[in-house]
Amino acid sequence: MKHTTIFSKMKFKPNPRSLLIALTIALLLLPFITDALLGRGWVRIVDFAMLYIMLALGLNIVVGYAGLLDLGYIAFFAVGAYCYALTGSPHLALAFPVAFPDGVHLSFWIVLPLAALLAGGFGVLLGAPTLRLRGDYLAIVTLGFGEIIRIFLNNLNAPINLTNGPQGISRIDAVNVAGAPLSATQNILGISFPSVHLYYYLFLAFTALVIFVSQRLEKSRIGRAWMAIREDEIAASAMGINTRDLKLLAFAMGAMFGGASGALFAGFQGFVSPESFSLMESIMVLCMVVLGGMGNIAGVILGGILLAVLPEVLRHSVVPMQQALFGKIIVDPESLRMLLFGGALIVMMLYRPAGLLPSRVRRRELGSDEVAEKA
Amino acid sequence: MTHTPSLLQLSSVSKQFGGLSALSDVSLHIRRGEIYGLIGPNGAGKTTLFNVITGLYQPSAGEFQFNGTHYQTAKPHVLAQAGIARTFQNIRLFANLTALENVMIGRHVRTRAGVFGALLRNRATRDEEHAIAERARKLLHYVGISKPAQTLAKHLSYGEQRRLEIARALATDPQLLALDEPAAGMNATETASLKKLLKTIRDGGITVLLIEHDVKLIMGLCDRVAVLDYGKKIAEDVPEGVRKDPAVIAAYLGGGDD
Repeated sequence: MKHTTIFSKMKFKPNPRSLLIALTIALLLLPFITDALLGRGWVRIVDFAMLYIMLALGLNIVVGYAGLLDLGYIAFFAVGAYCYALTGSPHLALAFPVAFPDGVHLSFWIVLPLAALLAGGFGVLLGAPTLRLRGDYLAIVTLGFGEIIRIFLNNLNAPINLTNGPQGISRIDAVNVAGAPLSATQNILGISFPSVHLYYYLFLAFTALVIFVSQRLEKSRIGRAWMAIREDEIAASAMGINTRDLKLLAFAMGAMFGGASGALFAGFQGFVSPESFSLMESIMVLCMVVLGGMGNIAGVILGGILLAVLPEVLRHSVVPMQQALFGKIIVDPESLRMLLFGGALIVMMLYRPAGLLPSRVRRRELGSDEVAEKA
Repeated sequence: MTHTPSLLQLSSVSKQFGGLSALSDVSLHIRRGEIYGLIGPNGAGKTTLFNVITGLYQPSAGEFQFNGTHYQTAKPHVLAQAGIARTFQNIRLFANLTALENVMIGRHVRTRAGVFGALLRNRATRDEEHAIAERARKLLHYVGISKPAQTLAKHLSYGEQRRLEIARALATDPQLLALDEPAAGMNATETASLKKLLKTIRDGGITVLLIEHDVKLIMGLCDRVAVLDYGKKIAEDVPEGVRKDPAVIAAYLGGGDD
């Protein structure tokens, strides 16, 4: 029942109704308010925060529900992103000038489910050989998987130029909705919607969908089986749960969310390159899940917002502050970000080990001193 | 002997761990509707035998037959599906889930809803979820857990945790309920009510296989008893017969001569 508040925000539980309406209106007005108060660049930051929330919710299925520590999650995001980058840009003309003289320009709406499915397939590909691994062993293998994908993308520019290597793929088609590209300002009912606003609404809809799916899965037979595996895999299998299939399902579902977010990212950004999919990004997404509250949808959303927006706040405040105080920039905001980030994690682990908004289970688990010994 | 058909039949089952023979050539059969006791000194191979028939271990040799199907190697979830449910010697509940959720998870194997059912939450899925919760509540009541169903499993008392494990196992609709030392660490009152519960379960038509150290419980409860020692079955009889068996006395009191 803890999730009701955030759900009413995302208009699923019409209770209490007035709060729901207020939050819906607030979310719908958010890009205009942000634009007016902070400038257009911040709307873009909010868009990226939404992508991170989708990623974090996807990872939450794997880590939070099924208890499988995945350090290579960003690889699925990369698979989705490159899926659309290749099928929605002129790039393939370089590799196959005869077959595709103008590149491939499939509609985003065709590629999106394919990207999700392909990423889901990669999820199974990662899951299958790691079924026997748990905890830190699984973390190491998944970390390796994430790096392999990134290094492949980095090097697949020869002998045929498939990914264009470190330069990345640019001129990716924008997402079209009802024939109108979201990359251009659109006038709807006399109101002018700039591109970042349009993408905001697109991402808002997808985030709502991801939340809906997560919540439905959590409170289902499948969700319970995942939690049983997380709690005690041997007991779960003795109770008739097919742990192999359900772990693969968790990997696949999480990866599908990642793949879909990746396709959205490619369409939004118009450009992808391997450096967007580094290990650091996997760790960022994992931190969002852990910091916010593993297994709790509201917590994961909060973690996503905080970790996506705070670095930007830093970037925008630290530089002018140093300029004003010292007349020059002493500490680079990027390194300051890592410093504060590390500090925040340590403080969190000391004072709120279950996350900012812990799930019911984690709160109870860590709230009592008699933490059950597992295996 | 076999006037009632066997539910579980072990044929020459052996299990080796490296050079150690934990079970050698054990054959036994459990009849439908009885309470079958398995006793033996520490390290005799009782839990190993349990782990073999519940799929956690693969036997090194031999096979067993459950409810008319032969199994040589089978996954735990396949055997649970076939109708064998178990509890664990060192309680293995889903400690951070509620008592109710623990039992609901036991229903997994008898229910169907998949991802699409979860997403659509259609009528069939809602009805199924309702039935799962309803059945789980009934089972909590049946095994005598009086604490609220929303209590975390790990916050139940020791005796209640043992009962919760039984409720979770019963939720899988087993034909054979295998209990690994259910009375371990229980006081006399708890043991007495456990005994009553096991009789009720048996009278409800479920065959019970029981590993136990409490000889009084075994003698008062079981229809037949097998004795393991160093991985070998040294006796199988009604409790009175086992009690008088010289090999059993030697195994328990030591001093065997051969």
